Amino acid sequence: MNDRLKETPSQTAGPYVHIGTAPQAIGRPALPNQPGPVIESNTGEAIVIEGLVRDGSGAPVRDAMLEIWQADGMGRVGAYGLFARATTDFDTGTFRFRTVRPGQHAEGHAPHVAVLIFARGINIHLHTRMYFPEDREALAKDPDMRRLEPEAVATLIATEDGKTEDGLPLYRFDIRLQGENETVFFDI
Amino acid sequence: MTRADFYRRDRRQHPVPLSPGYKSTVLRAPLRPLHAVEQSALERSGPALGNTALGPLDHDLIRNAAQGGDALGERIYVFGQVLDENARPVPNALIEIWQANAAGRYAHVKDGYLAPLDPNFSGCGRCVSDGEGRYLFRTIKPGPYPWPNNGSDWRPAHIHLSIFGEAFAQRLVTQLYFEGDPLIPLCPIVNTIPDPAAIDRLVARLDMRNQEPFDCLAYRFDIVLRGRRQTHFETRPEGA
Repeated sequence: MNDRLKETPSQTAGPYVHIGTAPQAIGRPALPNQPGPVIESNTGEAIVIEGLVRDGSGAPVRDAMLEIWQADGMGRVGAYGLFARATTDFDTGTFRFRTVRPGQHAEGHAPHVAVLIFARGINIHLHTRMYFPEDREALAKDPDMRRLEPEAVATLIATEDGKTEDGLPLYRFDIRLQGENETVFFDI
Repeated sequence: MTRADFYRRDRRQHPVPLSPGYKSTVLRAPLRPLHAVEQSALERSGPALGNTALGPLDHDLIRNAAQGGDALGERIYVFGQVLDENARPVPNALIEIWQANAAGRYAHVKDGYLAPLDPNFSGCGRCVSDGEGRYLFRTIKPGPYPWPNNGSDWRPAHIHLSIFGEAFAQRLVTQLYFEGDPLIPLCPIVNTIPDPAAIDRLVARLDMRNQEPFDCLAYRFDIVLRGRRQTHFETRPEGA
């Protein structure tokens, strides 16, 4: 135990995270194969996830970088898992992913999208999960949710928000970093 | 296939989320405790970004944005090894970096510092660790710069790093500092980390043996990601 190395400490990604992780956000071409906000997968139903990250005063966080990692549409993880990265818009603070609805990757657990949030003022990235409103019943039995109040679980459930301009189901997932309706963040 | 859990993150080795000396944390740090859950097969796996085909100059920031000349400043190698907490090398780790130029100015639309941009420097690079977890960048040592925190705060010279190991649970973003920089102990962002020994692990060491004589100095910076428990200590039944 004691001869273990210690994990390198985290530091904030700072306000200029785009330079290294999302150059297209500052008008430069992305590097080849650099992850963006769109996942192409034919394993399930295409969906769009859109949201706003808000700080403790309710103001949009316009310099955040978000990453998602999820099972594919058939519930497969590992080599089949799906990854994407988006930044929040400099003007509106909105982020948007296009992906597929994840399948269930573990029995008894509701399907979800793992979400990481990096930004200036966030010293170590925040890990949350987006669940789907149609899985409320499964969520009530999900062992990961057992010790959470229903109000807290509600912060993890996206809302259906109609269709996108190209006809895809649109899920709204707002993240509140602090204060009223603070999103649940996980220690994994 | 069930793979063993990662050791829990020792959050005492990490910065305190709400650290008022760094003002941006005041409205951005959650006030509720984190919710601890078991690691799932999802979090024990991660995107295989280390298999990404990189451009030949992606690791060379002196040349990868050059418009007819090399970037200006102190030429350095930044190199090291990516290990896990069990001291096992982590191969195929994707490391993305970003940094200011030699004058402390970022090539970013939101940076209005009066120091000039360098037309041959973008401050963006990436590489993938080899079979022994080793990685290497060539770049310019970034300059310190002032930032609007307490009116007179300056960041030490630093390079931002984003690292993908083999699992989402290992995801890490951090900053590398340079040995001997007197701005390090003054920095409110550095000082979000309460343990001086932990701060010391973010300081790259001058490594004269690995310099390129008459060309390039070298700094060594090893990176430690979370380790997995040994599988023979795994007590849960397979597939649980």
